[in-house]
Order: sequence, then C-alpha cells, then structure tokens
Amino acid sequence: MNNVLEIIGGILILIGSVFLFLGALGILRMPDVYNRLQAGTKATTLGAMSLIMGVGFLEPTWMLKSIIIVVFIAFSNPISSHALARAMYKRKRYPIIKSEDKDMDAYREVFSQEEEEVKS
Amino acid sequence: MTYILYIAMSFLILGLIISAIRFVKGPTAGDRTVALDTLTIIGVAGLVLLAYVFERFIYMDVALVYAVLGFIGVIVIARYLEGAL
Repeated sequence: MNNVLEIIGGILILIGSVFLFLGALGILRMPDVYNRLQAGTKATTLGAMSLIMGVGFLEPTWMLKSIIIVVFIAFSNPISSHALARAMYKRKRYPIIKSEDKDMDAYREVFSQEEEEVKS
Repeated sequence: MTYILYIAMSFLILGLIISAIRFVKGPTAGDRTVALDTLTIIGVAGLVLLAYVFERFIYMDVALVYAVLGFIGVIVIARYLEGAL
C-alpha cells in the first residue's frame, strides 16, 4: 500500500515539474503578452497542482494542507491572469493578429463602443 | 525516489532561471508581471517540494502564505496598470 502511494506521488511530482518547466519555456519563447499569459498561467497551474498533490500522496498526513494549497491555486491563478489580460487590453496593447483575420479579436468592437460611451 | 526528487528540483531551477530571464528582459510591464506570477508559482511548488525533502511541515504554511501574497501582488499591479488604483 505504501509502495503504491510512493509510485503515484513520484509520477505526479515528475509530471508537475515538467509542466512547470514548459510553462517557463513558453514565457521565454512566445511573442506576445497574451500568448505569454496563455503559456505561463495554464501550464503553470497544472504543474503546481500536480506537484503539490504528489507531495500529498508521498506524505499522507500532509494531504489536507496540500489540498488547501491546490484549491487556492486553482481559484487564484485564473483570476490574476484575467485581471492582467484586461489591464493590458485597457492599455491598448492589442494582440498581434495577421491582417486577413481581423474577426479573431471579437472584443475589439465591444471595447471601442464602451470607450465611446465613457467619452460621451 | 531520491533521483526523482533531483530531477524535479533541476526542472524547477531551470524554470526559475528561464522566467527570471523574461523578468529582466521583458519589453513591457505586462510581460514582467506575467514573469513575476510564474516565478511565484514555481517558488510555491519548490517550497512544497523542499518541505518534503527536509520533512518540515511548517514550510507548507510558508508556501500557502507566499501563494496568497503573490496573488494579491499580481492583482494590485494589474489594477495599477489598468489605471484604476
């Protein structure tokens, strides 16, 4: 029984550390703020949750606290990424889009309408 | 088991170095804040791993408090960049 828990915990720790590394690599390689947010938040959330649950499996008496940390990360990380993306959009750093598919940025129209309403 | 911990720790340190490069280099303030967020999360994961390695339960509390503080810091910086603070 103990051995099975150790194997599960080791696999989860390996998966988590690889995903954390890939998230950091995405931050270095991606061309744009929004792409960097995409790589740096989703991969990092999965990696941190997996690694902390792995430590919880390795040391079963710590399971409660690791579940608390995992739930907090699962709530807080998307919120901070959303706030950052909205702040960057309000600073008029629009995402890089090739000229032929302008419709991809669906928020642009809503945003410009909102700005006109604020001005008027 | 020890080798798994070594491998995981080296991946974490590589991630820290790479996102620190983006933190120094990043052209805009948003890039730096994204890198700060990633640095915080990798630091929390590393603290939890260190808690297992050193068998100190108190490091888990430190990791939880660090996660809360990093989240609040990123939210405050985002509100400031937005111009609402």
